[in-house]
Amino acid sequence: MRREFIIKKIAFVLFLVSTVSFGQHHEAPHAAHSEGHSASEKGITKEYVKEFIGHHLLDTYDFGLYSYTDEAGHESHVGFPLPVILWDKASGLHVFSSSKFHHATTVAESNGAYFKVFHNKVYVTDAEGAIQMDEHHHATNAKPLDFSVTKNVFVIFIVCVLMFFIFTRMAKSYQKSALPSGFGRLMEPIILYIRDDIAIPNIGKKHYRKYMSYLLTVFFFVWIINLLGLTPLGVNVTNNIAVTFALSFITYLLTTFTANKSYWGHIFWMPGVPTPMKFLLAPIELLGTFIKPFSLMIRLYANITAGHIVLMSILGMVFIFKNWIGSPLSFGLAFALSLLELLVAALQAYIFTMLSALYFGSAVEEHDDH
Amino acid sequence: MEGLNYIGAGLIVIGAAFGIGKIGSSAMDAIARQPEASGKVQTAMLIAAALIEGIGFAALFAA
Repeated sequence: MRREFIIKKIAFVLFLVSTVSFGQHHEAPHAAHSEGHSASEKGITKEYVKEFIGHHLLDTYDFGLYSYTDEAGHESHVGFPLPVILWDKASGLHVFSSSKFHHATTVAESNGAYFKVFHNKVYVTDAEGAIQMDEHHHATNAKPLDFSVTKNVFVIFIVCVLMFFIFTRMAKSYQKSALPSGFGRLMEPIILYIRDDIAIPNIGKKHYRKYMSYLLTVFFFVWIINLLGLTPLGVNVTNNIAVTFALSFITYLLTTFTANKSYWGHIFWMPGVPTPMKFLLAPIELLGTFIKPFSLMIRLYANITAGHIVLMSILGMVFIFKNWIGSPLSFGLAFALSLLELLVAALQAYIFTMLSALYFGSAVEEHDDH
Repeated sequence: MEGLNYIGAGLIVIGAAFGIGKIGSSAMDAIARQPEASGKVQTAMLIAAALIEGIGFAALFAA
């Protein structure tokens, strides 16, 4: 017993210490890096880490897994390009592959119009790729309407297909026996928990069935996407405020369009409150209906983004401390933080679903005591 | 004074931690008094903590 314990501890420490080798290996190839990253000639420094994190958390137009620079100084990327679909007011619809952008370095030409990617947005430019800046260093070129399949959109498609297959298989297996088979056995208690502890207490037994499909979808979608964000694939969908905005917007639409009269009555003409106060409180309550889904959006976005930034900064510290004590400790901290992030992934999905159910419940509540 | 940004961020974290700490302590008291209700108390505590953390993060991003 005691020997096993000691062996496990030694193995853990060796595992941590091995990370320092990663810190030292990268100094040589980055000396040949000629892409304009700041301070890369001296190896990896704090500014390089900050810039890396900054553009790593954004969306890309191709599905790139990682890129590396070999000894000859050539940069190669592993991944495949995705279609770029743009609607330019002047020249109409353009569809082309994002390999024309060459990982955001060159100008892409399509049907006579030129586009360039600058800080993750596509701009209309001329043949040399000139970007006009204003005094705050924001680009002032025209922007086409962007409907491209970027990495985030692609991952959302994959997750949709995955969820579809998992749950239709599970539903089909109910025709054979009362217990589901395979992966459905893991999902069944979770689904029952959502029904019994999130939907029914908040929405009530009469109306909960209408909302169950949305609650289940949003719970599993947010959970799977948060978990995927922790993998080294570099997909960070909930990092994008537009995605969380879309989810909370659907919640807002559902509460607004399925609400009954007493819900609107409580907002505009609260019973049991003296009349002058009713005029004062009505706009505040109306604002409250917007702020509640808004807070859903901000909460999910901020939790996941902050977690990713902190995690990547700590991992960057592995490369900055190139000694035998700093790197393993930073790696250990990153490991512990990743475990916390696992909890946060599930918790944020649960909170989103729970608060959505709460808002639906207040929308369909019948007050027969007022 | 550019340093006011960071002072503000620190105040936000103090406020959020204080709020969550208070909720946690009352949740502990409730569980100690009635261990059968620990499931419900835990659920409510997590919800309240997530709400406070939501405000905290939103404010941190603004600061």
